[in-house]
Amino acid sequence: MSDVNFWEYLGTRHQQLLTDAFQHASAVFQCMVVATVLGVLIGVVTYRSEWAGNLATTTTSTILTIPSLAMIGLLIPIVGLGVPPTVIALTLYGLLPIVRNAIVGLRGVDATLVDAATGIGMSRPMRLVRIELPLAWPPILTGIRVSTQMLMGIAAIAAYASGPGLGNEIFRGLASLGSRNALNQVLAGTLGIIVLALLFDAAYVLIGRLTIPRGIRA
Amino acid sequence: MPESSTSGASIELENLTKRYPGSPSPAVDNVNMEIQAGEIVIFVGPSGCGKSTTLKMINRLIEPTGGRIRIGGEDVTGIDPVKLRRKVGYAIQSAGLFPHMTVAQNIALVPKMVGWPKRRIKSRVEELLDLVGLDPGEFHGRYPRQLSGGQQQRVGVARALAADPPVLLMDEPFGAVDPITRDHLQDELIRLQHELHKTIVFVTHDFDEAIKLGDRIAVLRERSHIAQFDTPEAILTNPADDFVSGFVGAGAALKRLNLTRVRDVEIQDYPTVTIDDPLQEFFNKLRSSGTNEILLLDKRRRPYKWLRRGDLMRAKGSLARAGTLVHDTVTRDATLRDALEAVLTDNAGRVAVTGRRGEYDGVVDMETLMNSVHELLEADRLEAMEHQHELEEARATQTHAEQEGDGGEKKA
Repeated sequence: MSDVNFWEYLGTRHQQLLTDAFQHASAVFQCMVVATVLGVLIGVVTYRSEWAGNLATTTTSTILTIPSLAMIGLLIPIVGLGVPPTVIALTLYGLLPIVRNAIVGLRGVDATLVDAATGIGMSRPMRLVRIELPLAWPPILTGIRVSTQMLMGIAAIAAYASGPGLGNEIFRGLASLGSRNALNQVLAGTLGIIVLALLFDAAYVLIGRLTIPRGIRA
Repeated sequence: MPESSTSGASIELENLTKRYPGSPSPAVDNVNMEIQAGEIVIFVGPSGCGKSTTLKMINRLIEPTGGRIRIGGEDVTGIDPVKLRRKVGYAIQSAGLFPHMTVAQNIALVPKMVGWPKRRIKSRVEELLDLVGLDPGEFHGRYPRQLSGGQQQRVGVARALAADPPVLLMDEPFGAVDPITRDHLQDELIRLQHELHKTIVFVTHDFDEAIKLGDRIAVLRERSHIAQFDTPEAILTNPADDFVSGFVGAGAALKRLNLTRVRDVEIQDYPTVTIDDPLQEFFNKLRSSGTNEILLLDKRRRPYKWLRRGDLMRAKGSLARAGTLVHDTVTRDATLRDALEAVLTDNAGRVAVTGRRGEYDGVVDMETLMNSVHELLEADRLEAMEHQHELEEARATQTHAEQEGDGGEKKA
């Protein structure tokens, strides 16, 4: 077989692969930070009202139904190639699980606790920060985890818009199917994404351990 | 109690009204009430009568649609509700502790909000835990889910008392715990109030609880109309109308027992020996006291066994095997009803009274209880008659004055 052995391929191209992996992770991480801040904010603003909360959930889930390739394609004429369409698309996709879990989590806080918090003299912002958000944090963190997993895959599409990341490997391989390294490229990109996803997941388990107070840990 | 303790402030409710939009009649209609500083007032009434709504209007968790609230003479109807609530303790059913905070953090919330220095908060938390009968070292760092229902409720009371508010609002605080624990918590609250003298407004639907705890009871009917607002004794012996007597229920004489505590009746001294005393002491005491029974105390002077004259002989001189174990004791704060219960279940018809740490204090028996109950009921009857007499007299002078006035006008 004329194919280069997969391990040999990894050996010769590890520099490039590591750069791609790092960029992939970095893009996902940064978009997750933005999506988390936005998502929790949307949740906080809308959870008290029945219709606003539902509107937020419906809107974000509609975004999710747009095929990622189409979304990025649609963004290119507006914001150009490269990083901007990637970041925008990833952030939008990341929103849904976070918004939904934030709303569900905040609405799920025991009404008597909210009553108690108000009754002992907490102002509304204080109640939100000290009581409601900490109690809604476990479901929100779950939302963030789900979002991250999803974005890991979607970020690969970013290469279509000349974005950063392991998607480049996959697209290069797909473009040159039949050539010597085509399969290795696709394989390296895909496996890289899986490894990254697992690493992120492990990080979230750790974050959960560190940030969920012992009193409400399952 | 510590130097810092603030005692109660008076509460006045004036034409307090709550009307919900879209509802034809108000939920709370024109409540007028004066609550004196340092007293426990109980709102009692059937569910849905608006007692809880009335309570929540005092700290404006529910904003009144009409009327005024004055606390310690200050009109609080218009002030910032957040500031108001920090000065009014609030305890609710099933405690409402924040599960993500430790016991200490829960208690420290209000002192932190009002800006106490860290050192003071820390010592205050320890002091409060001690006050509500929880060992600070053990409970300080625990999370609410690691506590029993009764313990949670104690922490809830500690949290309400944390910043030493003059007024304490309690919304069915003991509604969700089992009867035995509830009984303990009620006793604790009475003990606390003896030390603290706060003004407490307490909502319950349990009339027995109301009698046990209240200095005065407001029996409320629908829309929070006050059917009667008086001392428990007066409500029991002299209910204002059929609604109140229906609520008092049967067995008013028995309920009267809840109003008097063991410390109010004569506690007898009983011959005792401690477990470390020589046997000879036991025989000497028996001989000199003239009773045929003696109470054996353990090393910490807690009642341990009842020993009769023949018991030691039957157990062949071994104190460990002789006598019957003391299975029930009451404290000086226990009600006569508790004491009667204990005396009735004891086969010899007496119960040992103990102090705060369980140490021996004296003995109460059936005869003492019977005599005190008779005296109590007699006194109540006299008082009720006197009260009635006064009312009649007042009415008579009023009519007299009115007639005179009429006469005067006619003459002129």
